[in-house]
Amino acid sequence: MNDVPVLRVAGLVKGFPGVLAVRGASLDVRAGEIHALVGENGAGKSTLLKVVTGAHRPDGGSVELDGMALPLGDPARVRQAGVAAIYQEFSLAPSLTVRENLFLGRERRRFGLINVRDERRRAGEALSRLGADVDLETSVAALSVSQQQMVEIARALLCEARLIVLDEPTAALAPREALRLLGLLADLKQRGLGILFVSHRLDEVLRACDRVTVMRDGMTLGTWPLAELDRERLIERMVGRSIGEEYPAREVVGGPTAGGPMAGGATVSCATAGGSAAPRASGSASAARGAGRRPLLLEVRDLRSGRVQGVSFAVSAGEILGIAGLAGAGRTELARLVFGADRLDSGMILLDGREVRIGSPREAIGLGICLLTEDRKAQGLCLGLSARDNFALPNLDRWTRGGWIDGVREGAAFQRQVGNLGIRLSGPGQPARDLSGGNQQKLLVARWLERDARVLLFDEPTRGIDVAARHEMYLLLRRLAARGKAVVMISSDLPEVLGMSDRIVVLREGRVGGEVRDATRATPEDVMALAAG
Amino acid sequence: MSRRWRYGDAAADRFSPGAGGAVTGRPTRSGGWRPLLSRFVAHYGMLGVLLLLGAFFSIVTVREQQPEGARAGRSLSARVVCTAPAGCRIILVERVGAPDRAFAMTFAGELSRCGRSLTARIPGDPAEVRRALEHEAPPLVVATPTSSAPAVRSIIASIPALAGVIVVEPASYRWPTFLLPSNLRNIANQIAVIAILAVGMTLVIVSGGIDLSVGSLIALSAVCAAGLVGMMGGEATGAGALLVAALTATLLCGLVGLFSGLMVTRFRVPPFIATLGMMQVASGIAYILSHGKPIYRLPGFSVVLGRGADPLLGVPWAVWLMVVLYAAAHLVMSRTVFGRHVYAVGSNAEAARLAGVRVNRVLVAVYLGSGLLAGLGGVITASQLKSGAPTYGLLYELYVIAAVVVGGTSLNGGEGKILGTLIGAFIIAVIQNGMNLANVESYTQKVVLGLVILGAVLLDRLKQRGLARRRGGSEGEGTRG
Repeated sequence: MNDVPVLRVAGLVKGFPGVLAVRGASLDVRAGEIHALVGENGAGKSTLLKVVTGAHRPDGGSVELDGMALPLGDPARVRQAGVAAIYQEFSLAPSLTVRENLFLGRERRRFGLINVRDERRRAGEALSRLGADVDLETSVAALSVSQQQMVEIARALLCEARLIVLDEPTAALAPREALRLLGLLADLKQRGLGILFVSHRLDEVLRACDRVTVMRDGMTLGTWPLAELDRERLIERMVGRSIGEEYPAREVVGGPTAGGPMAGGATVSCATAGGSAAPRASGSASAARGAGRRPLLLEVRDLRSGRVQGVSFAVSAGEILGIAGLAGAGRTELARLVFGADRLDSGMILLDGREVRIGSPREAIGLGICLLTEDRKAQGLCLGLSARDNFALPNLDRWTRGGWIDGVREGAAFQRQVGNLGIRLSGPGQPARDLSGGNQQKLLVARWLERDARVLLFDEPTRGIDVAARHEMYLLLRRLAARGKAVVMISSDLPEVLGMSDRIVVLREGRVGGEVRDATRATPEDVMALAAG
Repeated sequence: MSRRWRYGDAAADRFSPGAGGAVTGRPTRSGGWRPLLSRFVAHYGMLGVLLLLGAFFSIVTVREQQPEGARAGRSLSARVVCTAPAGCRIILVERVGAPDRAFAMTFAGELSRCGRSLTARIPGDPAEVRRALEHEAPPLVVATPTSSAPAVRSIIASIPALAGVIVVEPASYRWPTFLLPSNLRNIANQIAVIAILAVGMTLVIVSGGIDLSVGSLIALSAVCAAGLVGMMGGEATGAGALLVAALTATLLCGLVGLFSGLMVTRFRVPPFIATLGMMQVASGIAYILSHGKPIYRLPGFSVVLGRGADPLLGVPWAVWLMVVLYAAAHLVMSRTVFGRHVYAVGSNAEAARLAGVRVNRVLVAVYLGSGLLAGLGGVITASQLKSGAPTYGLLYELYVIAAVVVGGTSLNGGEGKILGTLIGAFIIAVIQNGMNLANVESYTQKVVLGLVILGAVLLDRLKQRGLARRRGGSEGEGTRG
């Protein structure tokens, strides 16, 4: 094997407002090897890739291609230098033909016109080298996903890339197509290209790669040749972090919940006032933790639509049900189905044992179901509107008479929830856009607390928020469960799922891959095994 | 608030310098009048532009003004008392054309207050003046409004027996033509229709859409109303039938708006395309209904809405209607659930849907409202012009959109203020009116108007960029993180 690295990343640091996504990553990709980059969701893999392909400018560290510094932060020049990127979402222009896409931005010219004949010849060569049977003059929109991927790879070949970076290339492929792609990558490897490959499918990694770099919490742990790894050791390295102190104990229950629905919430900040990392607040510790004795609140049977292909689960009052699974397993889709955000093809949703029809989020909210969306900027907040307006949006009916908003009651409710959750803002009129990630998330939680919903679907509730806010969120989840809510928590963070849930439903490719009945006794490896199959 | 919380958020704030202080438990960093002022400037900064424009055109149009009405009567009587010797006969020449009762009454009243009496009042028509003065002889003072003074002087000069007769006219004064009450009323009246349409357009644009059909709807509504009146008896139509015609025309336009809204929501047709189509359809129907010709046969009192004014301030009814509509729309947008929902849908339709907002219903209502208001605008236009023609409202949609945009509403949706739109409409009206008064030719006016619209949008961009910079990196979080 050649020892001169095609790509050398050293000491890379990249931060975003509120979060340090990569805090020290180093790796080498040699010529003629397939190098896998693995890690949990949110470990910093995507950020690393985006730095290498020029989409992000790093805050520190160096990236070299064949010993020369890459022009970082400039995707076009990085591509010219010889780095080809193939993302999950393809960067092809759907309405142009295959040939036009292959030469987009680098059209072959003669006398100022496009030299179609030359383009055809070169494109044909590249595609036949890949063994792809694609008509050069059909539009890309008419191609299958795997064919589009072939076109992307052919484009990389045509611009004589030295390094091909693939982000989850098999996620959208059928197993047979995925196999063919892996064969193709092995072929490209033989030609002396460096291949950096990100995948959640560990089987693939173990089958196709030469070396593996593991990332965790924004850092690279190290690089190991495949010979030194097996599945268990790989999983261990990916998730191996102690869960211990991070999650509040399950016995934590709020103080006396006198008064309105929010009185319990008011004690959230009190509980942290002690300053202990995991306050084991005593008080009225509820001993009734046996799932069997609690009334079943929400039950779904054989939900099907899109990526969700027949999922059933049930959650009781006072229970935190974790939903785990790899990216693309259908977790978010499942939550959206229950919330009425997407149309259900078939299946049944029961609330208190009675079947309910949920045709829209509005109806779900009316039934006491709420959804904290995974992407708070795209689906949660109206960023341009004020914090108060965002808070009030689903609750306006509580303070209105004949369509007129009672501003006083609205403002009072807002102040109360801001106090409960400790949301920091300059005033009720501050645009939601200007809040930090943690405060934005709290604002969205506040709106559902005000609603006093019974079923809380929290999709990645701690994504992109800092450690302290994260801890606060955990306490809140516990408290809500203690008050008899049914909490469904979707999370990609395995320790979080294990630390917080009473039970865990693991999704795999749109189906229930397995269930962990007692989360306290399970290990991340168990869950990962169910998720990856 | 716990210590832990503060610590955690302070850590987060390192990366988002834009985050302010907390409202809870601690004094806010941004108290006092300063932020209030800056918020006012941010929201209604265009008011300053409007005032500057007004000041500019006031300075440019300062002229000798002839007083009218009671003011003219007072000024004239004062001069007569000064000039006329005691016992001298005093004759008043009345204003030509519309009799100015206030002028004559005040004059006579002021005279008698000073112990003088008016000998005679003669109509302002030159022939009448000549006939009346032929039998007179000095000592005599002839009081006349400025407009008739030259004619009266030449008549007196042509009759030798009248040598020595004194002609007195009211004192003139220097004042901007722009600021004359009549001109200000004129501006308001001219912009009323566009401003009323702009109410609906503001809602549409705040919801994230656009309505290009409003200009054509003016024609449709005017033709429909005038045509119905013609069918129900033409000039002899009664008030009730007139009202029915106006309502029908308005509702028809509402129907067109409803259709646009359904296209946008049910079939996901982009608003630009949906309303562009309806613009053609509505215009076409207006031509079909009217056979391409104006419809004139309207009863005399049909102009009340468009030309009539309240007796107290002399403000046209159309302007009053505009004021009422703006007040109502302002309340709707700031105080009602519907208004909140319009902002939410325009800001982030998916987030609004997931918060339980019936997005489609809000959008349909917004287009329906725009259609209804356009219909009302058409009825007012028909009343102003006492006819209905398919050519009415041509290109109005562009003026309406311009008014909304100049008023600070973002074409991206989610932000904008109703009162800003009113200011925007008046900016456009003031520029047009001011340039007319300053004798700027119409081609140049177009250039200036276009530049003003561009300037307003540019100002908005700069403001946005300023905000983004102040916010630091936190803005980019969404795209990068």
